[in-house]
Amino acid sequence: MSKIKLKLAATGLNNTDNPGPGVPVIRSIRESGTFSMEVVGLAYETLEPGIYMPGITDRTYMIPYPSDGVEALLERLEYIQSKEKIDVLIPNFDAELYTFMKSSDRLEKMGVRTFLPTLSQLEERHKSNLPRFGKKYDVLVPKSKDILSYQDIEKLREEFEYPLMVKGKFYDAYLAYNEEQVRMHYNKISAKWGLPVIIQEFIRGTEVNVVALGDGTGQTVGAVPMRKQYITDKGKAWGGITLDDPAMMELTRHIISKTHWRGGMELELIKTTRNELYVIEINPRIPAWVYLAVGAGQNLPEALVKLALGMEVKPFRRYDVGKMFVRYSYDMIVDLPRFEQLSTLGEVEPEKSFKSI
Amino acid sequence: MEKIAFERPFIKKLSAGMPSKFGMKTEIKPVTHIDDVAVEELIQKYGSPLFVISEKTMRETYQEAYRAFSTRYPKVQFAWSYKTNYLDAVCRVFHQEGSWAEVVSGFEFDKALANGIPGNKILFNGPDKPEEYLKKAIEQKAYIHIDHFDELYTLKQLAATLKTRPRVAIRVNMDVGIYPKWDRFGFNYENGEAWDALNRIMISESFELEGLHAHIGTYMMTTEAYGIAAAKLADLATGLERKYGHVIKYIDMGGGFASKNTLKGAYLPGTDTAPSFDEYAEAITSALINSGIKPENLPMLILETGRALIDDAGYLLGTVIANKRLSSGYRSTIVDVGVNLLFTSFWYEHQISPARPTTQHTEETAVFGPLCMNIDVIRESMVFPLLKTGDRFVISRIGAYNMTQWMQFITLRPNVVMIDPESKVHLIREKESLETIRQQERIPGHLQAKKQ
Amino acid sequence: MSLRKNIAVSDSGFVFDPSSGESYSLNPIGTEIVKLLQQGRSNEDIIRDLTGKYDVDDATLERYYYDFIGMLKQFNLLENGE
Ligand SMILES: Cc1ncc(COP(=O)(O)O)c(C=O)c1O
Repeated sequence: MSKIKLKLAATGLNNTDNPGPGVPVIRSIRESGTFSMEVVGLAYETLEPGIYMPGITDRTYMIPYPSDGVEALLERLEYIQSKEKIDVLIPNFDAELYTFMKSSDRLEKMGVRTFLPTLSQLEERHKSNLPRFGKKYDVLVPKSKDILSYQDIEKLREEFEYPLMVKGKFYDAYLAYNEEQVRMHYNKISAKWGLPVIIQEFIRGTEVNVVALGDGTGQTVGAVPMRKQYITDKGKAWGGITLDDPAMMELTRHIISKTHWRGGMELELIKTTRNELYVIEINPRIPAWVYLAVGAGQNLPEALVKLALGMEVKPFRRYDVGKMFVRYSYDMIVDLPRFEQLSTLGEVEPEKSFKSI
Repeated sequence: MEKIAFERPFIKKLSAGMPSKFGMKTEIKPVTHIDDVAVEELIQKYGSPLFVISEKTMRETYQEAYRAFSTRYPKVQFAWSYKTNYLDAVCRVFHQEGSWAEVVSGFEFDKALANGIPGNKILFNGPDKPEEYLKKAIEQKAYIHIDHFDELYTLKQLAATLKTRPRVAIRVNMDVGIYPKWDRFGFNYENGEAWDALNRIMISESFELEGLHAHIGTYMMTTEAYGIAAAKLADLATGLERKYGHVIKYIDMGGGFASKNTLKGAYLPGTDTAPSFDEYAEAITSALINSGIKPENLPMLILETGRALIDDAGYLLGTVIANKRLSSGYRSTIVDVGVNLLFTSFWYEHQISPARPTTQHTEETAVFGPLCMNIDVIRESMVFPLLKTGDRFVISRIGAYNMTQWMQFITLRPNVVMIDPESKVHLIREKESLETIRQQERIPGHLQAKKQ
Repeated sequence: MSLRKNIAVSDSGFVFDPSSGESYSLNPIGTEIVKLLQQGRSNEDIIRDLTGKYDVDDATLERYYYDFIGMLKQFNLLENGE
């Protein structure tokens, strides 16, 4: 059977020590049996590694930050679409999702398809709304509270025990042992991601994660649970292993079926010593470690593209337990003119192959 | 030989972590005209700075809001919130469109009367209603929204002396899941205070209980909070129906809809995140329709929307005074618009556009006002095109709260013009002069003697 | 006044300083000035050239020219001692 031609656009090419999912998502779909692909990279910053990596993107364009608004983004995408004929776009950053969702109708008119959660799904699972989410869908969640000022920090003592978690609206999570540390994290986080800053009860236990895909009708297309074996100081997995854990799978299917989740999802869970599963965060997109799921037999990014194209997708039945991933870093040699081209013209093609001396 | 248009020469350090505006074709769009009138022409004729109000935008925004509610609910009434902008011309546009008046002081009450609004179309809110004005409100048959028990008893006494039954509603505050909670105005729902107040009103028989009022806060980004508030007011109304067979005439949901301005500290721009009138309307009207109120008793829905109706229609035009490097090398632009005129710059990241097309080259800039005060900052940091001394700019979405909260501080307040739907320009508030200010002052005798 | 010798400037307005490793971007008139500085032309000379070419009065040009030179100094792109 010949492969279907596809032009894919993806963001999140920042394969750094705090990696975006763009590169693994692209890599997964490149290995698809269904599609033969050309890839348009969309980058916010000039040093995102995926821009320069051979075999990932075919061409990358700079796009405006979400904080510039929907209009600026669409204007840029219209220009890009006039040169490329993108079929499917996968946004990979939490902070940009809202902007892409607001744009999805107009993207569709331009011929660009997406497969995203709905605005109310996005809103409902928001860190600040987690307590309500827990109540509504009957899942365990940590106590949490939005704070908007220094005065709120002083009052935390009345409701929380230290240590507690200090989290940004989109990213960043720090453990704080006292008020002083909360203030420090508050300043850092609010400068970067705005207000509110979210305070969460610290739940002791093992952190486990699930990558999953919902088809929007309540059906779970696929899900793979994982435990991080090695965690960087940014809290990111540097190694992980797939688990055989029916309770985690059950919880994932429960959440997807109750919310009718549409699109990729990562569940961040804490398993306590009493085997309770707390939902710490629900990320409304595919995580950077998704390639482990592909390795274990579930090509979820490929399935997501099929859903976006309206193709039929059969749910995955199994995955390999005990598959591991180990992440590594690798230095590329990049010639200055490529950086110059990207910096001055806003678009560039990657190296043809990895260079060595 | 034709000379090339000049732009300031400019160099910018490239850093991986910064938005790379270079090479991207996104230009900062100029605002050269407001309703077909050239910005430059307006400033030439009326001076700089200059407030401009678009009557066309006002009417379109009002009609859009009215459509959103009236297509979902049988009886809808807007009441213009005077404090948001009480220039008479502005109020009269909304009154022409069908708005009643919502006032919170004796001064605003008199202003509404002077604008030809009869007392029975005035909603009288606020914690401070002097006895003299309560009396006036009772006589004029205005709707008095009771804020606290002391006011309730003052009113009861007045009712007895005047031998009339004042038309009243109570203001209710409640938990709608948002923070900070506005619980200093009115009677609390959750602790039963509101229900208690309603009972005392019903039993005393000195009042006409006409409605229920809530104003849950301002610049509310979630429509859900309105749904909760409407449901709680409806619950009180159902209680009155059940216990006294009393049917109230209206439920007043107050104001608070967000305008499209971006709040300081927000990551995404307000143009993307502010809910539409349709979304607010859906939340409020479905809560009322689905409530326990009998369909034949559905009360009139009143809205005191301020900000969201007028913000977009207001512009502040100004001129660049100077460009200056701070000691760090960071650029600052000094303009003739200060926080004395643009009070809302304490909350908003106002959008400032050049009044002429520029190239796509921009630089991070702080925008300072002309006051000799460190707090006079219009924008701490924005990506701004390279403007020169004398260049004009336009600050958009400033129609709400500035033309009421402005200060006569260091300088005088400038002209305000309104552009009518035929693009004719009308002066609606003349700029102040030394005389305007001095005529209020009195010089004691011993200071009047002329020095030799 | 001249540009440090090892600084590379491309026609697209991209500047690379090999001593610091920093890169910069210029607008078209900035590129023009930097290229003239590279040729070792004096400030007075450059200003005269530009006033002939651009629609700008002497005072304005001079002011913004020296502001720009100030930025080049701030970024340490000019020869020392000038
Ligand atoms: C009682 C009342 N109604 C209406 C408004 C108008 O609110 P907004 O401009 O947020 O719509 C206010 C403003 O504070 C208010 O206090």
